[in-house]
Amino acid sequence: MPAKKPALDFDTEWSYSPAPQSSADVKLRERYKLFIDGEFRPAESGDYIESINPATEETLAQVSEAGAADVDRAVAAAREAYTRSWSRMPTAERGKFIFRIARMIQERARELAVMESMDGGKPIREARDIDIPLAAAHFFYYAGWADKLDYAFPGRSAQPLGVAAQIIPWNFPLLMAAWKLAPALAAGNTLVLKPAETTPLTAMVLAEIVREAGLPPGVVNIVTGGGKTGRLLVRHPDVDKIAFTGSTAVGKEIMRALAGSGKRYTLELGGKAANIIFADAAIDQAVEGIITAIFYNQGHVCCAGSRLFVQESVAAEVIEKLRERMETLIVGDPLDKNTDVGAINSRDQLERIHAYVEIGKQEGGEVYQSSCSLPEKGFWHVPTLFSNVSQSHRVVQEEIFGPVLAVQTFRTVDEVIAKANNTPYGLSGGVWTDKGAKIFKVTRDIRAGVIWANTFNKFDPGSPFGGYKESGMGREGGIEGLLPYVRLRAPRGR
Amino acid sequence: MMGKRLDVRKTHKLFIGGRFPRSESGRTFRWEAPDRAATANICRASRKDFRDAVTEARGASASWAGRTAYNRAQILYRCAEILEGRRAQFREELRAQGTSAAAARKEVASAIDLLIYYAGWADKYGQLFSRVNPVAAPYFNFTVLEATGVVAVVAPSESGLLGLLAALAPVITGGNTCVALAAQDYPLCAVSLAETLHTADLPAGVVNLLTGFRAELLEPFATHMDVNALVYFGDDRAEIAQAESCAAENVKRVTVCGRAEWEGTPALNPYAILRTQETKTTWHPIRF
Amino acid sequence: MLTSTRTVDQIGVQERVARLRARSIKKESKVQALTLALSMIDLTTLEGRDSPGKVRQLCYKAIHLHERFPGLPHVAAVCVYAPMIKVAKKALRGSGVKVAAVATAFPSGMADLETKLAEVVRAVQDGADEVDMVISRGRFLSGDYDYVSDEIARVKQACGQAHLKVILETGELVTLDNVRAASDLAMASGADFIKTSTGKVQPAATPEVTLVMMQAIRDFHREGGKRVGLKPAGGISKAKQAIQYLVMLRETLGQAWLTPDLFRFGASSLANDVLMQIVKQSTGMYQSPGYFSID
Repeated sequence: MPAKKPALDFDTEWSYSPAPQSSADVKLRERYKLFIDGEFRPAESGDYIESINPATEETLAQVSEAGAADVDRAVAAAREAYTRSWSRMPTAERGKFIFRIARMIQERARELAVMESMDGGKPIREARDIDIPLAAAHFFYYAGWADKLDYAFPGRSAQPLGVAAQIIPWNFPLLMAAWKLAPALAAGNTLVLKPAETTPLTAMVLAEIVREAGLPPGVVNIVTGGGKTGRLLVRHPDVDKIAFTGSTAVGKEIMRALAGSGKRYTLELGGKAANIIFADAAIDQAVEGIITAIFYNQGHVCCAGSRLFVQESVAAEVIEKLRERMETLIVGDPLDKNTDVGAINSRDQLERIHAYVEIGKQEGGEVYQSSCSLPEKGFWHVPTLFSNVSQSHRVVQEEIFGPVLAVQTFRTVDEVIAKANNTPYGLSGGVWTDKGAKIFKVTRDIRAGVIWANTFNKFDPGSPFGGYKESGMGREGGIEGLLPYVRLRAPRGR
Repeated sequence: MMGKRLDVRKTHKLFIGGRFPRSESGRTFRWEAPDRAATANICRASRKDFRDAVTEARGASASWAGRTAYNRAQILYRCAEILEGRRAQFREELRAQGTSAAAARKEVASAIDLLIYYAGWADKYGQLFSRVNPVAAPYFNFTVLEATGVVAVVAPSESGLLGLLAALAPVITGGNTCVALAAQDYPLCAVSLAETLHTADLPAGVVNLLTGFRAELLEPFATHMDVNALVYFGDDRAEIAQAESCAAENVKRVTVCGRAEWEGTPALNPYAILRTQETKTTWHPIRF
Repeated sequence: MLTSTRTVDQIGVQERVARLRARSIKKESKVQALTLALSMIDLTTLEGRDSPGKVRQLCYKAIHLHERFPGLPHVAAVCVYAPMIKVAKKALRGSGVKVAAVATAFPSGMADLETKLAEVVRAVQDGADEVDMVISRGRFLSGDYDYVSDEIARVKQACGQAHLKVILETGELVTLDNVRAASDLAMASGADFIKTSTGKVQPAATPEVTLVMMQAIRDFHREGGKRVGLKPAGGISKAKQAIQYLVMLRETLGQAWLTPDLFRFGASSLANDVLMQIVKQSTGMYQSPGYFSID
């Protein structure tokens, strides 16, 4: 069935003027150095890598590329800080340090939001309204746990593990840093964080904040670099625990590297979530939910609702409304306050998405793309829909990590649950229905770590997040988020 | 010729509905420093002041309980920030009331840290004490905590600052609003605390602070039909018996607390929040 | 006679409203929006103490919004109680500004059908271009949808050539499900416009109910029905609000509805705030209400 032109005309005479967020107050340095043992020093090799703005392809800054010697120094500093200061500090005081970080993120929120948008390509509105406030909230939440660990695990006393190595991705740079630092610090660990290669800048400001907050040197260390730096950190012998968020492929590599080492690890990997719309859903709100699920953050979300399942009786209406809604998505300058879909994070990622769209076409999928125009420079992808695809298509099976949605219809609830679970992934899922009983049943039967009912992509520091199966193991957020960072000891004499 | 500058003396008011009125009765009582160096006329709250305070507390109740836990935590944290900034004032008042300099410093630090402690519980105690119950039938069954509503608090008589905060912080952390009676003999910090909470943007009516005589106010505290719970600090058997008996009128929840519930680190715990929480269990079928 | 009842998720609606509210309308697009908003206003006076003098003054303002600033459009209509129609008609002759009258025992709607129909017939005879009726909320909430529907159809008939706006009084309907159901019912019964409120009950117009009504209008059109207009009324006093409604309109219904033929603001003090913003955009200076005439 060819895509028919939408009945409504959104190409109106009245259009929005550019509404750029000023970046004048953001003072970028030319070069950023490694943050080790409370000091900023360049890598021993003197090497730097460039961080570019994916919307303009211009260089924003250079950051040091940490090598083996730097990683050694960082881990040693973390170990020293753990032994000498952090693990000995009264827990209430640890908590107050973390509160300071939270507060200072709030104080520098505008600057952080603009930098995040420029460095990674995400719309300023999202960085400003979601990423930065949530990052601060994570620190606030976990700060409160620091002196309350005795209550977190009934019958067990919780002790820190020691030194944590933490590797984060480029899709929510500061937020991922918060997800890693906050629970680790609250539980009494020290750490070495490696931000993603393409998005190091907000982590550098976080380093400044950590220092200004007065945390003892070495408690938090931040080493920038690429995959090589990450590998050095993961394999370092004096690290007690590894936390990784990224692709399933690298997650498996890490598991193999750590096999037999006795080290604790948590992995937050990829996903291919099913977003299920029943006929008795609030349809207009469900359509909005589909948009949020796959086009939010350019689809660079591990828990994105990238497989849409629509009950056949409402499929025509949902798909038509989806196409119309796609027409009002504004793709463009991430720093424009009206932008809905920003730049794709890197050339590599853009090429990957293009490749998948090609595969989908060759596989016989029917493509629909919104009619927005794309800027000349920078990395952009139009919101895209594949219909006439099935579970056997690669674009339905494999994680694309871009604004590309695969749409299928279903007839009965057992059919859709079986298909929703028919994937090696198990990170998230969505179900849209007005019937409460159905929500509880479907959410119970879907094998995924986070399930959204009548909403999607909602996050809170108190709400545990993480996957089943090849989407990883371990949880971030809530009390469950403390578990990966503690050793549980039974009381003596039992 | 420069004489000694005359200082402007503070008027000690009640704190009701986010404002600082005098007692509607116009009465005050005289507070005198142990060393007689200073005196003040402290408002002697009447039963009508208490009645007005309950009305304000009730009016603020739905919106305070309706805020997100994160929002309440932020406000409590802000109260700690403001209190931290006023350390010197509180130390001075404690000293005027007879506390040693070292003890005053310690008490103020403990008071600030107590606020931080409970701020940190606001968005967590629910996780601790709520449950999903595996009932033997196809129902999703869950238990959550809910604020009990308006709480009357009779603060410890032997502590002007830490005791008062220990009495009311867990109450408001849990989403309740309250009317608290400050220690009769140590009223100065109560008034300054009210000013601090007000400056920290604690919404009007969430905390109402009265100074006055326990003997005359205990009965209205315990009998008011629109108060859901009473938290009493003290060990006077006659008072306790009176309070518990009066509370029966509308089945108020009564908690009797002693020194252990305000003094020292063990007093800091989430069970203090449970004193003024109800639990609600909901059933919902699980099926297609 | 309510056919498929649409369910509406309130939180989902609130979130969509919040996203739309975050739109930043600046510079030229702001001036365009403000000017468009002006042309969509139904300048309203509905008070028990209205008199011919009051109405005449309002009508003059409707045509002469702010003489010091050239090139402004006139408002879409003046909205008055039925006894004032003739006064308004005379005062607005030749201006292009329409006369809308409230009828059917506005605002409560508590009268029998014959009385209401007689009122409508008289209003149209007196020259009303548009009639704003209220639905019988009590009947709706007790499930007597046939009555409500029939009443609308009869009033539409009595309107003749005049356009019919149907006021749902969303503040009394309370839930978004009810707002959706009442919208669908009103359109199926012949409404030319659906209108949120009388302005006499709080809450009046809100972005949430307006969005739901827009979605109802869109579905009605999609299912083969005509294009029905929308009028949020009451509680819209700031230009910023008006612009937010226009953003919502643009992104939900698109070009065809961005015209006073299909969208109106029921407001009294909105006009001056919009004028203040227009002048501010032009001069760069924040304005004072004292420089803008009140009627």
